[in-house]
Amino acid sequence: MPDTASSVAEMRKRVVLHADRVAHPSSMEFPGNFPGEDLAWDLERFKKDFRIVIGHIGKDDMEFDMIGVDAAVANAFRRILIGEVPTMAIEKVFVINNTSIMHDEILAQRLGLIPIKADPQAFALRRGTADEPTDLNTIVFKLTVRCEKNLDAPAGAVHPDDKFINSNVLSSHLSWVPQGEQETRFADDPCRPVIPDILITKMRPGQEIDLEAHCQKGIGKEHAKWSPVATASYRLLPDIQILKPITGDAATRFAKCFPPGVIAVSPNAAGIPEATVVNPRKDTVSREVLRHAEFEDKVRLTRIRDHFIFSIESTGIIRPEKLFPEAANILIKKCKALKAALAASGALDSGAGGE
Amino acid sequence: MSMIEPVEDTHGFPFTEGATKFEIIPTDAADPSSATFVVHDEDHTLGNSLRFMVMKNPAVSFCGYSIPHPSEFKIHMRIQTDGSITAAQALNQGLDDLVALSEHVLATFEAKVAAKGDYETRDI
Repeated sequence: MPDTASSVAEMRKRVVLHADRVAHPSSMEFPGNFPGEDLAWDLERFKKDFRIVIGHIGKDDMEFDMIGVDAAVANAFRRILIGEVPTMAIEKVFVINNTSIMHDEILAQRLGLIPIKADPQAFALRRGTADEPTDLNTIVFKLTVRCEKNLDAPAGAVHPDDKFINSNVLSSHLSWVPQGEQETRFADDPCRPVIPDILITKMRPGQEIDLEAHCQKGIGKEHAKWSPVATASYRLLPDIQILKPITGDAATRFAKCFPPGVIAVSPNAAGIPEATVVNPRKDTVSREVLRHAEFEDKVRLTRIRDHFIFSIESTGIIRPEKLFPEAANILIKKCKALKAALAASGALDSGAGGE
Repeated sequence: MSMIEPVEDTHGFPFTEGATKFEIIPTDAADPSSATFVVHDEDHTLGNSLRFMVMKNPAVSFCGYSIPHPSEFKIHMRIQTDGSITAAQALNQGLDDLVALSEHVLATFEAKVAAKGDYETRDI
């Protein structure tokens, strides 16, 4: 066992994973917790230690490392990404005719979940029913589809796609009906479903759907259909510590406890195969190694407390690298709103103490 | 394309406009060093990050938050200081610090995204 001083130092920097529990998960970096240390908030020190490293940016997803920040703050960003960045989604469906087998309410629920490509910043919130729908807060789509027999189908056709016309109702069947100035405002980027081939329902000859759908601005906290992300998550960077050399056949067995690429087995100075950690980032921290008695006391699985590997998967409405700045701005706005409310309450005027 | 001036935010939730944002439950009218602040329309997002920032203040001896009931959309934030500043001042300082932190995170992120070539870009 390590001595107390170094185990406290490790406790502060690492979250340790045991077979049956996770040890000291919460942060202790607060003033007064450790003698002789100034742990008060210091913006300059934070700026010095804080780092962001971008791994990749794709069309719809990105991964980056955020290093040197507390979980409380990283989690706030993650929560805002999922629940508070606004988008446009179908909220009201006026069904004129629906003879398909899908009930109106199920159809409406499915329509709501279709991501709509429209810049949310170009629209205003529609608050309740008192707010009239206008071209500034509502996008209108029409869905008019009728399924018919395909008279040109070859005689032996068996597949519904060949036998029938419009047997699949797809998101591309939604046609945008520009209101007011929308046609000119969005001339170069028309409002449309992000993905054209989302299956809404299936029909057979004689069935038809005729409806009008109204999109409104909203946030994921009210309904997941407004969430701009498929998911936004983070994990802590794993740090695998080999405490005693693991050599020979045991090294191969050790490497098998981890995903490929995490552990390398190569000859050490004495020419005996030895296990070394090469890429802990790939580890899923399955803790498989802790099930084997032979590796007891030879390895410690930890995660670095302030190293967050963020992953953002956009639904395609907002580019992934634009989502995080939106989330940060929302957190700033929240703080400023509360600060204004605190100042308005007059509580700051009745000062005790020095200031 | 013309942009709409964003409507003054309702702090996250669209349908609570005009409601009270902030209340104070003082523990003792003569002692401003401890109080419970009620913040409406906020949850763990602001609650936990603000608790962290307020606890980073050496003049604060206690800070914690709770959501008193899951169907009421509000948090209670309890702050107790050593008396050198009031609880309200500690809250105000925490908000300033959290804004400064977020602004730095935002600026760093945008600078890194702008530095194309430092990272892999994928077409899919």
